[in-house]
Amino acid sequence: MTDPQPAPARPGRFGDYGGRYVPEALVAALEELDAARLAAMADPAFRAELDRLQRDYTGRPSPLTEVPRFAEHAGGARIFLKREDLNHTGSHKINNVLGQALLTRRMGKRRVIAETGAGQHGVATATAAALMGLECTVYMGKKDTIRQALNVARMRLLGAEVVPVPTGSGTLKDAINEAMRDWVTNVDHTHYLLGTVTGPHPFPTMVRDFHAVIGDEAAEQLREATGGLPDVVCACVGGGSNAMGIFHRFIPEDAVRLVGLEAGGEGVDSGRHAARFSTGSPGVLHGAATFVLQDEDGQTLPTHSVSAGLDYPSVGPEHAHLRESGRAEYRPVTDAEAMEAFRMLCQTEGIMPALESAHALAGALQLGRELGPGTVVLVNLSGRGDKDVDTAARWFGLLDPEDLVQAEQVRADEPVQDAEGSGW
Amino acid sequence: MSALQDVFARCREERRAALVGYLPAGYPDREGSLRAMRALVEAGTDIVEVGVPYSDPLMDGPVIQDAAEQALQQGFRLPHVMECAQAVAEAGAVPVVMSYWNPVLRYGVDRFAGDLRAAGGAGIITPDLIPDEAGTWLAAAGRHRLDPIFLVAPSSTDARLASTAFACQGFVYAASTMGVTGVRGTVGSGARELVRRTREVTDLPICVGLGVSTGAQAGEVAAFADGVIVGSVLVRALAEDPSGEGLRRTAQDLADGVRRPEPAR
Repeated sequence: MTDPQPAPARPGRFGDYGGRYVPEALVAALEELDAARLAAMADPAFRAELDRLQRDYTGRPSPLTEVPRFAEHAGGARIFLKREDLNHTGSHKINNVLGQALLTRRMGKRRVIAETGAGQHGVATATAAALMGLECTVYMGKKDTIRQALNVARMRLLGAEVVPVPTGSGTLKDAINEAMRDWVTNVDHTHYLLGTVTGPHPFPTMVRDFHAVIGDEAAEQLREATGGLPDVVCACVGGGSNAMGIFHRFIPEDAVRLVGLEAGGEGVDSGRHAARFSTGSPGVLHGAATFVLQDEDGQTLPTHSVSAGLDYPSVGPEHAHLRESGRAEYRPVTDAEAMEAFRMLCQTEGIMPALESAHALAGALQLGRELGPGTVVLVNLSGRGDKDVDTAARWFGLLDPEDLVQAEQVRADEPVQDAEGSGW
Repeated sequence: MSALQDVFARCREERRAALVGYLPAGYPDREGSLRAMRALVEAGTDIVEVGVPYSDPLMDGPVIQDAAEQALQQGFRLPHVMECAQAVAEAGAVPVVMSYWNPVLRYGVDRFAGDLRAAGGAGIITPDLIPDEAGTWLAAAGRHRLDPIFLVAPSSTDARLASTAFACQGFVYAASTMGVTGVRGTVGSGARELVRRTREVTDLPICVGLGVSTGAQAGEVAAFADGVIVGSVLVRALAEDPSGEGLRRTAQDLADGVRRPEPAR
């Protein structure tokens, strides 16, 4: 008689979270994708192609920058920034996008679709599609297309079709719903290039693996700089892809604290936030069992954050598991705290972070003050703040609202060139 | 014999297919949806799918999305699903629930199953729950004698057709085309092929959904399937005429269709 064996782990499960909560029509495509990514990751030629793109196209490795003037406000801690903001297209998103775009080609599909909130993932996807000659359609909530009109133009300049989604709340979650509807209709020739570590298996694992380069590089760079491991790793968590990318390398290192910073919006008590781990509960959304902001009937609740990239009612299932197992902790950071950290990094270091990443910076300030002098804090600076200049200028009252209205009118009245001969 | 088995046995005797009609609970409002469900039954619908309005209906096209949104704005709450099921049962048809998984999960799978059974419900169709993830639901279905109804699709492999049909009771829901719910000009030609492939792996009745909107289409599908599932065109009829008369006429046309199965020419 053999010893009883533990039940085999279900694929795509992180403890009780993850799985595949999708229409049957998509299962074949998910199986195909899973097989393709496993074969690709084991194929030296695929790895070499991805490495080459990361080096020559994205500009990896991204630098690690110590920020001593910023750290003066953090209780004597040493703070290091992993500079994903310096990647081509301006954020960590390109790491995953290049990997999935290569997989799309490998699977013989000719079209990619994507969802986007602030536009970072949409821009990265439009970029990779242009590079690899793929058709590209990006779904974006109607409200977000208005808030981020410049990114809509960026995607169109890159040759992508941008589809505003008016249904529901007109934000990221509705863009995902619409992308799923497109996918189930066109799955024979279309890959859904999902932008974060949620969705049905294999997306959470695959997207994490494409971003794991962040933590791998940072661990090596930090060892060179300090001789050891960080005490704390901070990352913002919307869907959670930049956080999984930097956490993954450190999960086996028990001495390293992993801290995810969620959008506390106007404060958890205000009800206007996206702090899934503060007031959310286990549920299913967009194909995964995870933490969801939902009402008593399981209807998804509206969310709020000053940063569109964190304004999402659920979170990657591996984060739900890391929290439940105690391996990582998650805290809300309010809009005001994030904006203060944003201003501080701009003015002490000359680095303008994305508002999403500013949440991680606010967390680093808190943890530095709590843990005291000498603490080494590694922060994933997941994106740059160019896209957020308008929001920040209005937040800090740097521009007169009437001047803004006037500027828009002047621009609207003055075409850049005569319509004749405009190729786009 | 379960209520669904009875329906299909009766339809076989009458040499016709069953008409399965979908309406969302709480649409256009609470009272209006109860009236609409009764009208649907009176017009000759055999099985009524009571839809659960959900904030993120990613398998639905615009018609059902809009209806769900309106129902939620009107204050739809989950217990109303049970009222609808009861109204359908009292009117003489068999109610099944069609729900995305999260509302059922949040209500409590066992509690939902128990309450639905008490209201006269026969089963639940789960468009975003595949048998692989359905352990808790299958156990609750067994305890409360409800039929679990899963979907098969043209993209399903033969192995998945077999495993999915094996997990079903009552009937198998064959999604005729790759896509979301909506009114289409034609039923996908893949429907017949999917039904043929599914018949090879199960003796359960097979109902075809997605895209049927006229009596003539219903008649075509009735020639090769055991049931014809209709949703968006009913919801649209109710949207255009809240009195319910348009809904009644549309349902009667479909009910006539399933009673004269016609092989497509």
